[in-house]
Amino acid sequence: MPATATFRIWRGDAAGGAFQDYPAEVSDGMVVLDAVHQIQARAANDLAVRWNCKAGKCGSCSAEVNGNPRLMCMTRLNQLDLSKPVTVEPMRAFPPIRDLVTDVSWNFRAKKTIARFTPRPPDAPDGSWRMAQVDAERVQEFRKCIECFLCQDVCHVLREHAMFDRFVGPRHLVYAAALEMNPLDTASRARDLKHAHGVGYCNITKCCSKVCPENIAITDNAIIPLKERVIDQLYDPVVKLFRVFRS
Amino acid sequence: MPEHQTYEHDVLVIGAGGAGLRAAIEAAAGGVSVGLVCKSLLGKAHTVMAEGGIAAAMANVDDRDNWKVHFADTMRGGQYVNNWRMAELHAKEAPDRVRELEKWGAMFDRTKDGRILQRNFGGHRYPRLAHVGDRTGLELIRTLQDHGIHQGIDVHMECTIIRLLKDDGRVVGAFGYERERGRFRLFRAKAIVLATGGIGRAYKITSNSWEYTGDGHTLAYDAGADLMDMEFVQFHPTGMIWPPSVQGILVTEAVRGEGGVLKNSEGRRFMWDDIPENYRAQTAADEEEGWRYTQGDKAARRPPELLTRDHVSRCIMREVKAGRGSPHGGVFLDIAWIKSKLPNSPEHIKKKLPSMYHQFKQLADLDITEQPMEVGPTTHYVMGGVRVDAETQMSNVPGLFAAGECAAGINGANRLGGNSLSDILVFGKRAGEHAADHAKRFRNGTIDPRQVDEAERLALEPFERGAKGEGPYQVQYALQELMQDLVGIVRTDAEMQRALGALDELRARASRVGVAGHREYNPGWHAALDLRNLLIVSEAVTRSAIERKESRGGHFRDDYPEKQASFGTVNFIVRKGADGGMTVATAPIPEMPDELKRIIEEMK
Repeated sequence: MPATATFRIWRGDAAGGAFQDYPAEVSDGMVVLDAVHQIQARAANDLAVRWNCKAGKCGSCSAEVNGNPRLMCMTRLNQLDLSKPVTVEPMRAFPPIRDLVTDVSWNFRAKKTIARFTPRPPDAPDGSWRMAQVDAERVQEFRKCIECFLCQDVCHVLREHAMFDRFVGPRHLVYAAALEMNPLDTASRARDLKHAHGVGYCNITKCCSKVCPENIAITDNAIIPLKERVIDQLYDPVVKLFRVFRS
Repeated sequence: MPEHQTYEHDVLVIGAGGAGLRAAIEAAAGGVSVGLVCKSLLGKAHTVMAEGGIAAAMANVDDRDNWKVHFADTMRGGQYVNNWRMAELHAKEAPDRVRELEKWGAMFDRTKDGRILQRNFGGHRYPRLAHVGDRTGLELIRTLQDHGIHQGIDVHMECTIIRLLKDDGRVVGAFGYERERGRFRLFRAKAIVLATGGIGRAYKITSNSWEYTGDGHTLAYDAGADLMDMEFVQFHPTGMIWPPSVQGILVTEAVRGEGGVLKNSEGRRFMWDDIPENYRAQTAADEEEGWRYTQGDKAARRPPELLTRDHVSRCIMREVKAGRGSPHGGVFLDIAWIKSKLPNSPEHIKKKLPSMYHQFKQLADLDITEQPMEVGPTTHYVMGGVRVDAETQMSNVPGLFAAGECAAGINGANRLGGNSLSDILVFGKRAGEHAADHAKRFRNGTIDPRQVDEAERLALEPFERGAKGEGPYQVQYALQELMQDLVGIVRTDAEMQRALGALDELRARASRVGVAGHREYNPGWHAALDLRNLLIVSEAVTRSAIERKESRGGHFRDDYPEKQASFGTVNFIVRKGADGGMTVATAPIPEMPDELKRIIEEMK
């Protein structure tokens, strides 16, 4: 590994910006976030960046490194070609605030529109439930999500087509899947998933699954089963007939 | 009046980790309006880093467990300077707080009969930690977040409070800034809950994030509240030490709970060499018994690797000092060895410790199912904090409450692993409930514009000095080096006196810090404002540590290496003196009721 490398960092805000080159000393085991911090401490005190845990657990330091959506704290420099400048830019699907920080507030509003967890009555008098580990595990995969929003960043429905008002994006479909597959939950989200949350807009290109730092099989294990659920519940002819009689 | 936006809530909660979220949920349930201030985005607080689990005597795995055993374990771990009433409430209420999480959507690992699974942890007599693999903190904060967003709470993200406002002796509001535009915000409130976490950023090697700058400690101190037990800082025995850029990142105690062992460079399990007298009866007789304990044998006693964190940290330091350390100045933590005991050990390890596997693989190119990890102590937690009433969590300043890491009492001289997540649930709830009650009984106070003007003026000073001033990061790094070197794991009077002098110099440097640029999302400015908090908590730790002339729990004095009975009956209280200087006073610990004394005797 060379002793120094160049980091080409996007500086700017909602009005516009440009890449700026900064040198950084590099050493064994360093990650991109270390280099950004070094530049911030020495050359650019006001370089805006979000971070918290620096261990891949909080999902704050999402950015695009050499064009790839990544957590900066988990991107080792020895995985990058340091003979050329390393570009670091904010997530492009969201409006820029400053430098590497984007406005991700839409995600918090979108989540609120999903029907909350609604458990069946407890199984035991002490207010607890009984559940098999295997059922817990199916949901636990989705609950590993650290809300880094890299899947939202890369999803073309949001990134290219900006359908923020019609599609909640992979993150929130994973959230909905965790609720729908929770064996204790009694709410039905099929109607919302179809109409308000736009599960049909996903055309299974699996870009989200590829960038997930938690390796959640977003498309295969969350979105496709939700699509099936919507079809089962809203298009099943027997159910449809049953509904006609009921009304 | 300076330029700012004004918000009004009955209860304002400062901090949105587990304690803050739980407090906000409870206050909202009490029918009052609630504002919740987060320093970062919602759901990113340091709680996400908690790995091992939530300690609660539910007895799902071992039916011998109950609140009395948990209480006795907590007091023993805290070396009996805990607030015994808090330890009692905590042990009694933790099981209900865990079951409540399940009601709100948490998905814990299960026992064979489908109940919440519990695991072994240091200092806990029975398997007691409800968990989700090794990412329990994430599960906890996400559950509270996803429940909380439907409770009508107003969330103020990326907002930092820099001053509490008082009227006639009670708190009536708070003043701060939001990061995005750098604008000031004034919050009027009838009650305020501090839930700001710890002070880890005062040290160089720490498992804590940038947010952990002692904000709540400082806000309370400035408002006239007592701080207590500030000498007790927990150095977690197992932080990553290599490569340098990951130094300090936590390696969960669950590695040892699942059978991981500590070895020195000679391959010796050195923890067998020093077992404290008060833990001897609970410690395994040999390696075989220790292994059986980690695999759930109820007749077995725990291996010495699962002794309390303060003790394990000191044993590691001893090995390193004696020249028996690992290549990068730590010791070896080995979970790979269990392949000699379990057929599918790699799969087993990946399932039980998924994020540890991931963390070492990605950050250190190391496969923990094949190779031992290198680990060493890292600053992890502060037992000290705002002195509060056990029942209500209110400080000595009317209307000011504190819960979680920024409050003192439950943990005494050393915290047991797993007791933090239960602490934030139990006392977060209590703080929220009583803050709501308090808010219902009081009307809004009057905001004193002079207090607001002064806070604003001080906050903008770094911009006046601009780029000509000293850089904020350089002062912060110097402070971290200083505390690491002079007020760290092993302390002496001479070094701490030097630290006091050095802190004076750093205070002078901090007053000359300058920030260039504008107020919009400017991390240099934020770092400059956090400096004052770091300086105050560092001084509080140092002054309290000088006064405690003995070794107890997380506080180890090389010049007073033994525990002294006379110090076992007192806490040290830090408060702001009339002249603005810091004072340290002694407060006797109230006599424990006979019923609790009997429990401690029975559990010995």
